[in-house]
Amino acid sequence: MYSAAQLVLLFVVLSDLAVLGTTRLSSCIRGIAAQGLLLGLLPVLVAPQLSVHAVSLGVGTIVVKAIVLPWLLGRAIREAAVRREIEPLVGFIASQLLGVLAVALAFAIASRLPLPATTQPLLVPVSLATLMIGFIVLTTRRKALMQVIGYLILENGIYLFGLTQTESVPFLIELGVLLDVFVGVFIMGIVVFHINREFDSLDSTRLAELTD
Amino acid sequence: MRLLVIGALPLLVALAVLSVPAFRGRRVPVALLAAVALAHLGLVGSLWIAPESGTLGGWFAVDPLGLTVLTLTSILFLVTVTYAVGYLRREPPSSGRVFAGCLMAFLSAASVVALAQHLAMLWVGMEATTLSVAPLVFLRRDRRSLEATWKYLVISSVGIALALLGTFFLASAQGDVPGRPLVLPDLVAHARELHPAWLRAAFLFLLVGFGTKMGLAPMHTWKPDTYGEAPSLVSGLMAGALTSCAFLGIARITQVAMAAGLGPFAQPVLIGFGLLSLAVAAVFIVGQSDLKRLLAYSSVEHMGLLVLGLGLGGVGAYGSMLHLINNGLSKSWMFLAAGNVVLATGSSSATGNRGLVRTLPVSAGLLVLGLFAVTGSPPFGQFMSEFTILRAAINAGHPWIAAVMLLLLAIIFVGMAVLVLGMALGVPDPGSVPVRESGWLVLGPVALAATVLMLGVYIPGPLHDVLTQAAVALGGTAP
Repeated sequence: MYSAAQLVLLFVVLSDLAVLGTTRLSSCIRGIAAQGLLLGLLPVLVAPQLSVHAVSLGVGTIVVKAIVLPWLLGRAIREAAVRREIEPLVGFIASQLLGVLAVALAFAIASRLPLPATTQPLLVPVSLATLMIGFIVLTTRRKALMQVIGYLILENGIYLFGLTQTESVPFLIELGVLLDVFVGVFIMGIVVFHINREFDSLDSTRLAELTD
Repeated sequence: MRLLVIGALPLLVALAVLSVPAFRGRRVPVALLAAVALAHLGLVGSLWIAPESGTLGGWFAVDPLGLTVLTLTSILFLVTVTYAVGYLRREPPSSGRVFAGCLMAFLSAASVVALAQHLAMLWVGMEATTLSVAPLVFLRRDRRSLEATWKYLVISSVGIALALLGTFFLASAQGDVPGRPLVLPDLVAHARELHPAWLRAAFLFLLVGFGTKMGLAPMHTWKPDTYGEAPSLVSGLMAGALTSCAFLGIARITQVAMAAGLGPFAQPVLIGFGLLSLAVAAVFIVGQSDLKRLLAYSSVEHMGLLVLGLGLGGVGAYGSMLHLINNGLSKSWMFLAAGNVVLATGSSSATGNRGLVRTLPVSAGLLVLGLFAVTGSPPFGQFMSEFTILRAAINAGHPWIAAVMLLLLAIIFVGMAVLVLGMALGVPDPGSVPVRESGWLVLGPVALAATVLMLGVYIPGPLHDVLTQAAVALGGTAP
């Protein structure tokens, strides 16, 4: 099962980099949905043997991260009628280069971490890379919707790290985590919708009335 | 059983309010809110008299730290509800059920945080507090509150995400160590066997993550905007109860770190964040022109004092626990008094709001008294708790920390006094007339002021015992 898990993790990194280099918001949402699907496969692939726990976590992940959240985000851009991220604070090529740097850094850090030998070797570096790329998207994009996507990527990175702990963190907790992410993005979606109505734009840099 | 009711009852009522069509419209089910608040406080009070053992496999239990935060939250919630009776008559929210539902969901989430012994449950509760408060910040539905809500959501969500990563790091630190995973008593009992590198990483991530929710500098940037734009009763509940829950998260990981003998690593980090928060607050308080933003920076200051006491250890841990109560009570008091100013004049800005003693005598009096309370003047409770933290700095052999702390507190006092006294005294603008202050709008802050005053001269025996036990759990001692 190891090789399948490694392939999936490789695709996770590729989906990170794809979101970093994409201007069309709808493509970014598709990228996030694909990443959610990959993440849903992983609990089954990294578990030592097939268990009800791993399968239900996988199914829950796919429902929330690959179906419900992308649908919510898609509805938000349709209602707000935005298509593209224009003029990000850091250009697309530059941010993809940053992303590649993040991946290299993640592998360098992960090789120094004291990890149990049974951990799937790519899991921690891919988790750290996804975390950092999520952070890059969150801080360098101006559209509020892209910031939500960045936050989701960040959460996905943490989810990947959590997979190293599936035996010790029980089912209820994981359910709580998925639910919290879902509600969080749901509320963010509502706020995004209001930002669009109030400011006629989803540009979060326009949110600058409150300063000292 | 009582613990489950304390955690679940407000949430169940909140879900009922949000889903039953009878509650649609602008009317807020205030009677229901009051009933939940009283039932909650009654149950929490009964925990002081008859303790209860853990439930759900030890995932939830009452301990001195949690009991302190739970009681504070419950009291502040009741005060907020009494204030809401008067507030809602003057400024009905656009959706009554969102107002009531979110408030009760917050109470549930905060209770889960206070009672959680499983650190992942604590995280779930903390995330739920963030989310339940967001619609309340956006209650006015205008541009400014939208901007504040967005900043609050994005910054807090990133903070809470880092805290989740820290929780996973803690699970990594536990590895094959015996004991139930992430359950606090087991973590503390086997603390010395935890993997030190992972534990250090967990400490840092949880400190930064929950520190963001608490509003420690430099992660405080959401705070002035959120507290400034949210309705004052929501700001008061956030500054009093929500920040205390976040502090509890930091106290929990400190408990584990101290038991593991990581004090020399953890304490300087806590002291650093504490002093930085004091310094940032001092810089922004001087020259501040808005009352609610001023109180937000004052909250940054007091969060700094809390982690400073924790980091100094010894009697400082006791000082922090006492300060948690004093700060929670008086932040709510000040925000509710500021809320009366906003209700009467439409703004919390200092320009154009002068001579409030003549137009709003009770609220202005509360603001002036509160100024002395939050800046730590005798005979208020803060004087005792800040003095204890100061003593801890000297006992620990850091006179320079005591000196810096005193200097910053003095600057903050001057900055706050200029703004608050300027608003309270002075000549009212022509055309402003005295406003009748409804009893519901002053009852809560007056009761809080009386309590803070009492804590300055007399700390009840049971409270002293609980605070001492909490301080010992945090590696400190009784004064």
